[in-house]
Amino acid sequence: MRIIYIFLIFPLSILSQNDSLSISIKNGKSLYEDFCVRCHMPNGKGQLGIIPPLAKSDFLFEHMEESIKALKYGGIDGEIIVNGVKYNSRMEKMGLYDDEIADIMNYTLNSWGNKYEKRIKEEDVKRIKK
Amino acid sequence: MKKIFFLTTFLLVMLVNFSCAQNTKLSKKQTEILITNEKSEYEMELVFEDKNIIWAIEFFGDNSILATIKSGSLIHYKNGVKTKIKGLPEVYLRGQGGLMDIAFHPNFSDNKWLYFSYASQSNGEKGGNTTIARAKLIDNELKNLEILYNAEPNTRKGQHFGGRLEFDNENYLYFSIGDRGNREVNPQNINLDGGKIYRINDDGTIPKDNPFFNNLNAKKAIYSYGHRNPQGMFKHPETGQIWTNEHGPRGGDEINIIKKGKNYGWPKITYGINYSGTTITKNKSLPGMEQPLYYWIPSIAPSSFEYISSDIYPNWSGSLLAGALVLKYIERIELKNDRVISRTKIAENLGRPRDIKQGPDGYIYVSIEGKGVFKIIPKI
Repeated sequence: MRIIYIFLIFPLSILSQNDSLSISIKNGKSLYEDFCVRCHMPNGKGQLGIIPPLAKSDFLFEHMEESIKALKYGGIDGEIIVNGVKYNSRMEKMGLYDDEIADIMNYTLNSWGNKYEKRIKEEDVKRIKK
Repeated sequence: MKKIFFLTTFLLVMLVNFSCAQNTKLSKKQTEILITNEKSEYEMELVFEDKNIIWAIEFFGDNSILATIKSGSLIHYKNGVKTKIKGLPEVYLRGQGGLMDIAFHPNFSDNKWLYFSYASQSNGEKGGNTTIARAKLIDNELKNLEILYNAEPNTRKGQHFGGRLEFDNENYLYFSIGDRGNREVNPQNINLDGGKIYRINDDGTIPKDNPFFNNLNAKKAIYSYGHRNPQGMFKHPETGQIWTNEHGPRGGDEINIIKKGKNYGWPKITYGINYSGTTITKNKSLPGMEQPLYYWIPSIAPSSFEYISSDIYPNWSGSLLAGALVLKYIERIELKNDRVISRTKIAENLGRPRDIKQGPDGYIYVSIEGKGVFKIIPKI
């Protein structure tokens, strides 16, 4: 009986710790498949020299605020270098709500080998101005 | 018993015959045509610069340009000056949706009606859907706005708004609405919007001879169904028929000639697969469903479609032009007896082409995302 009890409680406690992040990642996945997948591809690798990768992207982790800004206001002007390759394609504004941007960020930061323990929240996106 | 057996066999044979005659899939010979580089020489001349997405261009009689900007504005470019058109309704910018196409009424010079398609949230629910409207365009201002069609229900999905407009020779207005990211529900159900080509009168009323006009629960403006996301459309100058090109999933972009009441099969039949690589259906043809005139594998993401009737370009007259959003070129397609016989690349690496139009001056104009409008000038 005690064993069953532990089995029940243990996974539940883990779930509640990571609950909000995992829900956000789950929402982010379906939003990614709607708004991002055609260019950034299902594996997050983008298209070499045309669409920058999100998987193991140095730019994404080093310029997180700029990445959120790009999602919120549409694109980054000018050339950027991602994992040693130049990119200069403009991403259009998608008309996403702040909570959706947070979800897409959390999914992206935790997929295809990416790992980021802190959860991006709606308020974090709201704070970022053009 | 014998009779029943005979009848079943007869029906079966008929069914097989029927499906073979009508719906056999296209042969590889008909679609595996390699794309080559264009041999004719030409230059791409910048007409005007614009950093936004110009979704559509149209021409006034004086060759000045009216252009939609996807984020929700309409501009008139004339003699080096851009003027913003006033009076546009509120546009819902979401994913692929925004301000989309424009079309002048065939008698625009008399009646001043401008038709346009845009994503709106006008019926109040969360999200939005494709809306068709008209207004009088007088002195760079839209007046007497009338909503002609409003697809339901609103959805927060960002995909497949369709949005192309075209008048035919009898002043019927055709428009496309994509499946709105709900392929299992919308395209095969004529009682629902999405995944359809529509036909309405120029005042927004529905022609009595529309194919589902007498069907009680149908959306009566539907002209054909089973489409994914048609975003290229032109009226064939010789036959008067409406031709479309349509975004497929991964692979399976299509060219179709639109016929009254027909089912173009999405997602029951397709030559494409899911973006993730999984199967959508193993069927490429089924009885009662139309085959495309042509399909593209891999996808080019056709954003626009135009027929060249101009003889300014040597050897180009009678060709079709399709903008390839993903592969970033314009494809010139030659046909013989409604079959594609050659494909060549134009304007490679310039950017994502959104709209292609032959102007009243006979030149071809192209809008490229983030760059502006270009004119193709032949080198003779």
